[in-house]
Amino acid sequence: MWNLLQIELFKISKRPRTYIAFVAITAIVAIFQFAFKADGQSYMDLMMQSAKDEFTFDRVQAINGYFMCYIILNTLLIQVPILVALIAADSISGEANMGTLRLLISKPVSRSQIIIVKFAAATIFTIFLLLWMAITALLLSIVIFGTGDMLVFRTKGEDSQIMLITKDDVMWRYYAAFAYATVALTVIAALSLFLSIFAENSIGPIIATVCIVIVCTIISNINVPIIDRNVKPFLFTSYLVGWKGFFYIGTNPDGSTIKGSMENWPAIRNSLLILLAHIGVIVAASIFVFRRKDILS
Amino acid sequence: MAVIIQVNNLSKQYGNFKAVNNLYFTVNEGDVYGFLGQNGAGKSTTIRMLLTLVKPTQGDINIFGKELNSHRSAILKQVGAVIEKPDLYKYLSAYDNLSIFAKMSGIKVTRQLLMQQLKMVGLEDAATKKAGVFSQGMKQRLGIAVALVHNPALVILDEPTNGLDPQGIADMRNLIINLSKEMGKTVLISSHLLSEIQLIANRMIIINKGEKIVEGVVDELLDPEHTVIDIDSTNNDKAREELLQTKWAVYLKEGKMLQLMMNKDKVPQLVQELVAMDIQLLSVNSSHSLENYFLSLTTQAGNVEPFAN
Repeated sequence: MWNLLQIELFKISKRPRTYIAFVAITAIVAIFQFAFKADGQSYMDLMMQSAKDEFTFDRVQAINGYFMCYIILNTLLIQVPILVALIAADSISGEANMGTLRLLISKPVSRSQIIIVKFAAATIFTIFLLLWMAITALLLSIVIFGTGDMLVFRTKGEDSQIMLITKDDVMWRYYAAFAYATVALTVIAALSLFLSIFAENSIGPIIATVCIVIVCTIISNINVPIIDRNVKPFLFTSYLVGWKGFFYIGTNPDGSTIKGSMENWPAIRNSLLILLAHIGVIVAASIFVFRRKDILS
Repeated sequence: MAVIIQVNNLSKQYGNFKAVNNLYFTVNEGDVYGFLGQNGAGKSTTIRMLLTLVKPTQGDINIFGKELNSHRSAILKQVGAVIEKPDLYKYLSAYDNLSIFAKMSGIKVTRQLLMQQLKMVGLEDAATKKAGVFSQGMKQRLGIAVALVHNPALVILDEPTNGLDPQGIADMRNLIINLSKEMGKTVLISSHLLSEIQLIANRMIIINKGEKIVEGVVDELLDPEHTVIDIDSTNNDKAREELLQTKWAVYLKEGKMLQLMMNKDKVPQLVQELVAMDIQLLSVNSSHSLENYFLSLTTQAGNVEPFAN
């Protein structure tokens, strides 16, 4: 199995399309960093207008590496599923399109092994993508903007809220957030892999993945009680941005923040479990379907 | 002689379409076994079932004396295949392609082994070139190297000469003969080009619409006794009536055409007697090639009976 995984990772590393995602992330992050370096003040003014909290701070110093990473993640983690789909949706359909799938299946390797290895490779790609995001969005931002206490703008119902996380309480939250994002994006990878079983080129599964993510995201954002109760809890998109929970710091009754705390850890934990359940079900379904599929391409 | 492939009652149905229907055949050790049929006859579907790409609707496949489904991994370790086009990873070099599939076959891969394989198919100088820039012939040769790199006992080649130029076809033919005679491998080769099979196979099967039409030793199927003589005269009906009154009646075949099936050596005597009967001949054609048999067999199933084993 390890041998197969090495082969799969080697193939992914040799494909030019693999690097599109890394280039895209680098470009977007660089644009953000340039924009904030040039005119971050305007953004801060805009955010402060919508915040009802009374808060006094140096608006220029507030734009530090931690703050920048949070802003970038807020934007990027919505687009990254597409980048993950670029690779994962090609897993089986790309082989079918090239004609290598039949050669692969005629080797003494079980179909279950092929799916597990393809999924593992897509997961590793996702991890590398997020590591790259961490390097560019977090480390590079720290290099450019420095460190400091971190401001978090939060919209809660009709209200906007500003929270302050002290400098020494930030990094572990990022580690946790990236780990959570890895699990969330792995659901997308699993979904793309599943869809790629049915197609003979990667365009279809990529588009299908993006459509599913968009439709489910829209449903996740509809505020209708019947959907809230009966649909949203089962949609993976309801949990994709759960990583933000690590930055929602717990507060004392007097409103002061509690260092090292989270506002709602059980909700984050449950979200993680639901995402992991999605991964399990989708990968199992992929194995089930692929084992029964006639390879005609 | 050991049986390498034993197929019994094999069928594959897609919806209402029967791609393969109750097919049965045997490939023996050391055979170069020709698998013949027109396009859509069911050759590729059968080969895909032998390689576990497609699941049979019914029937048994035994390879190396073991049931394929139960011993899939052990069997496929000893099988090399080129299935239709030799498609490989276009973005990888010939060397990397070979390396990947060698590792997947479960063997220990060394640079020396891979270069040796590339040399065997004449691609040692193209080892570092990407497969995407290869000509069809080079791809086919690399496909063969991939099929042989793990030294399989059984080689399955699905239409290996497709898209090759005459020199490529000749090279492929020599390679297959070499595989059998020098390396002792059993080869199953499918083709719709009977002339190719005629040159390399010792045993063959012809299938049509998913069903076996004939199976046997190629030399026996090419027996001169089975030569088909087509005669055209100014009055074929009269010629047929005259022949029915003679010893030639047993060789006459039914149908509107004046056609006999007999040993080719008897043709001069037949012509002499027809002339003596005052039959004005326009043409006499004899054919004993497998290709003509194949055409007649696949267009008129009734013709096959004399050849069936």
